[in-house]
Amino acid sequence: MASTATLRKPASGFRISRKMLPYVLSLPALLVCIGILIPFFTAVIYSFQRYRLSQPWARQFNWGENYLNFVTDPAFWNTLKVSLLYAGITVTLELLLGLGIALLLQRRSTINNFISIMLLLPLMIAPALAALMWKLMTNPSFGILSYLASLVGLHDFRWASSPDTALLTVILVDIWVYTPFIMILLLAGLRSLPTQPFEAAALDGVPRSFVFFRITLPMLTPYILTATLFRLLDSIQQFDIIYAMTQGGPGNTLTVFQVEAYLNFFQSTNVGRSAALLIILWAITYTLSNVFIKNWLRLRERARGEA
Amino acid sequence: MDTMSPIERALRAVALTLVVVFFMFPIFWIFLMSFQTNETILSIPPSIVFSPTLSNYAALITGKLQTAAGTLDIAFMRNLGNSIFLSVTSVAVALVLGVPAAYAFARHKFKGSEDIAFTLLSFRFAPPLLVLLPLTQYFQWLGLSNTYFGLIWVYQLICLPLILWIVRGYFEDISADVEYAYRIAGHSWFATFRKIALPLAGPGIAAAGLLAFIFAWNNFVFALVLASADKQPVTVGALAFITSSGIQYGQIASAIVLSVTPTLALALYAQRYLVEGLSLGAVKG
Repeated sequence: MASTATLRKPASGFRISRKMLPYVLSLPALLVCIGILIPFFTAVIYSFQRYRLSQPWARQFNWGENYLNFVTDPAFWNTLKVSLLYAGITVTLELLLGLGIALLLQRRSTINNFISIMLLLPLMIAPALAALMWKLMTNPSFGILSYLASLVGLHDFRWASSPDTALLTVILVDIWVYTPFIMILLLAGLRSLPTQPFEAAALDGVPRSFVFFRITLPMLTPYILTATLFRLLDSIQQFDIIYAMTQGGPGNTLTVFQVEAYLNFFQSTNVGRSAALLIILWAITYTLSNVFIKNWLRLRERARGEA
Repeated sequence: MDTMSPIERALRAVALTLVVVFFMFPIFWIFLMSFQTNETILSIPPSIVFSPTLSNYAALITGKLQTAAGTLDIAFMRNLGNSIFLSVTSVAVALVLGVPAAYAFARHKFKGSEDIAFTLLSFRFAPPLLVLLPLTQYFQWLGLSNTYFGLIWVYQLICLPLILWIVRGYFEDISADVEYAYRIAGHSWFATFRKIALPLAGPGIAAAGLLAFIFAWNNFVFALVLASADKQPVTVGALAFITSSGIQYGQIASAIVLSVTPTLALALYAQRYLVEGLSLGAVKG
């Protein structure tokens, strides 16, 4: 390379040295992102301050007080509980449903491919708009789902407007939007599995349940892990569906981390508490995403190795 | 699989039907609702037999809503225009910034390249409000509050990592030998990038662009926090519309239909890239 380069004259007078080139290429993208990193550090500072927008004069560092207050703050424990419940239930149900549907659609056929494409559609609808669709369908006076509920004897089933069923309702919307995500990931995984072990098992007359638990599931595990962590990271931060559906209500039924932080900032103007909540959420997602990225890289290398 | 019993075959068919009904019914129902008058919508029991009307769409498109109390202005078309403008511009900016960077990450393992790539990826997983809430104050100081410029900048948080990671994968799949051969023939670095690398990664770049568009279009929280009514995209606008129009359910339904049609159409068009794109290339579809 070096010798050929010296044989020919450079095409133009000015040339960026090879060493600098990658930095020059990625610099603009980096600059844009650095502008976004600054607010992150600002948020860390806010979280160590007593800072209310309504009382800007009283702004001062109170160090860990925002965090310490959480220990005795029932609202915080409610936020933590609802967030974990929401993430835990949605991801578990979506995983089971997604795996089930992927298995149903595993065999390549025109109808199966068609269905798998149709099932992608909910995933392509903005979650906030999906919530509005379900809001129309669960409207107590004319919603089709309220009507169907009344047919099976659930009169005056109030869906998202009752504290008893609000969580159930937003979970239902989340499942509607995100199950297809897990389904297509697992379907891609299932279809990429080598066929030999399955043929061998079929020849030996191995029972189907044995094949599923001892061959299919272990081989699918990296895909399941990727899909689960991906969804967990999103689900613990869910904002769009819950905010569009109920604004965190009724009462504080659905004040998950980001909704509570949003309300703290814009309604109670308690910037310090809002920032501290988000930092705790960030710590949770950062830990999860490190686990995720390690697992994901391994899968990516493997996909590339086989390609 | 050929050993499936008739019972099993029937059970599978029933299960698949239930799945399709659950996932398709809401779209179907809202679509029907968008062609109904309020009287039809409010009638009990609900019926799928009705005389369709285009009045909901007409009201949205003309921006005038006739109610018993008088004429109401609807800004929904403006929201739709904002969505198109914000998504297209954000993706264009992200492509201009992201494709060269993706090429750099794929071709040159320079010092700190993995760290930088991961930092960018971690944006995908950080809580958006953590950045957005302090940003509201910075935007006020910088005069960027409620400007398209500010919004497009923040939209890079969604578009850039997506484009960077997907396109990088496509560049890595191109054999570097082709490029070396072209370089040895005396062509400049830029000519090689433009004539060899870009065309070969073309389909990947297009797919990444489409996905970034869908994600930008579907975003809700950025504009909710940073934009006022005249700059809001459909996701935020539709929510505001519900509060302002109160009981105009038919119009709400048709607003939702208009808002989701672009992404659904694009998704159907680009469906074979979706698996890869959604998982940031983690699963090669």
